[in-house]
Amino acid sequence: MIDYRPVSAAPSIVVEKLRIRRGGVIVLDDLALSVASGKVTGLLGPSGSGKTTLMRAIVGVQIVESGSITVLGEAAGTPPLRWKVGYMTQNPAVYGDLTVRENLRYFGRILDAAPESVEEVLETVDMTSFGDRVVNRLSGGQRARVSLATALIGSPQLLVLDEPTVGLDPVLRRDLWKAFNELAAQGKTLLVSSHVMDEADHCHDLLLLREGKLVATGTPSDVRAQSGRQDLDEAFLALINEEVA
Amino acid sequence: MSFRATFATALRVLTQLRRDPRTMALLLLVPVALVFLLEQLFADRRVVFQQIGGPLLGLFPLIAMFLVTSITMLRERVSGTLERLMALPLAKLDILAGYALAFALVAALQAVVVSTVAFGFLGLHTQGPSWAVVLLAISNAILGMALGLFVSAFARTEFQAIQFMPAFILPQILLCGLFTPRAQMAGWMRALSDVLPFTYAYDALSRATKLGTFDGRFALDLTVTVGVTVLALALGASTLRRRTG
Repeated sequence: MIDYRPVSAAPSIVVEKLRIRRGGVIVLDDLALSVASGKVTGLLGPSGSGKTTLMRAIVGVQIVESGSITVLGEAAGTPPLRWKVGYMTQNPAVYGDLTVRENLRYFGRILDAAPESVEEVLETVDMTSFGDRVVNRLSGGQRARVSLATALIGSPQLLVLDEPTVGLDPVLRRDLWKAFNELAAQGKTLLVSSHVMDEADHCHDLLLLREGKLVATGTPSDVRAQSGRQDLDEAFLALINEEVA
Repeated sequence: MSFRATFATALRVLTQLRRDPRTMALLLLVPVALVFLLEQLFADRRVVFQQIGGPLLGLFPLIAMFLVTSITMLRERVSGTLERLMALPLAKLDILAGYALAFALVAALQAVVVSTVAFGFLGLHTQGPSWAVVLLAISNAILGMALGLFVSAFARTEFQAIQFMPAFILPQILLCGLFTPRAQMAGWMRALSDVLPFTYAYDALSRATKLGTFDGRFALDLTVTVGVTVLALALGASTLRRRTG
């Protein structure tokens, strides 16, 4: 495949020969990929394809059997990276008995972020008016946005977001994708997972994962060309079936 | 280890408690009610109340903090916030020290409230200084916190965590010398009581409430209590894994 991306910036994430076993089962095997800097890369694939495991490995909380992951030039999980990588877990990882602002202040304090950053990230996720609500009383979608806000605080260089738009309404999803693209325009790198294929068009680059293997990479138009389908949903189905056959 | 992250964590834990006024009320009022009950129970045998009242004041915070900590830490593990914290620039020691700081403050408050009632209103009188009881209560609370932190690693659900209280704490209360002097115990029970931390916590309290018994044995009691606290914290830290499978 021809890579049309500019070669100036080194990739933010480089994965080589990655092998991960969870509960005795090999989830990722001999995986190699790279994520370009300053872009939104979509990590797509059906449930159980290994997206979360890969993201956990990138942020350094997953036990890795073999292979290497380099993040921003350093081995994944090394202490300096904890300042530079923002992570949003798949299930909202926030304190339910605290208010939204109390949660963000705690994460902000750990990261030594300026106190104003709490309001900034609240605005990005459109939760300013819910700032003083206790998280347990929020809806699932609102809780997911608080969790996203905790990943944004401290303006990390790399954002690893595990299904940040799941369960959100279309308007909010569009706004969040816009925010992700603005962050990329500011030079941040984003790796965003989703099992909803129609979100792929918001990304600069795509990684399609199926059963722990990479079945397609490239820009959305590359993927269309590769599969011979215009509709991305159909393109992915075609590529996945091709693998199976 | 960083003071910033430690204080942030202590502040967060205290905010969680402040957001739960019922738990705070129970923490402060239950010991008072129990001491009152004890005083009434021995209304015509004041000497018994005078003998065991002091040491009991110093044991309440231990039990309360054991329970509160094991549940709080279990929630942290189950809800995914622990995994989230492990991706942040936060040392395991920061989490533990933050918890210790927060719960020591609560324990101090608890000890002061129950001591004020017992010494001031219920006519409890100890030969030793009452501040010694309060100080020992705080050190015992940190021991309880450390033990709770450690056992929380062995519970998967809150039901299990609660059961550690009768399994782990009650035998120690029975064998510490409160109910039967250790000298009168059968050999094997005495030997068992020799290796349980409560025995030393109780002995220190019992000596502190008697005049002129801050002797070598008291120093040993303190050394053992502090030593077990440090050991339990170290073991607790080893159960906080940055990478999981």
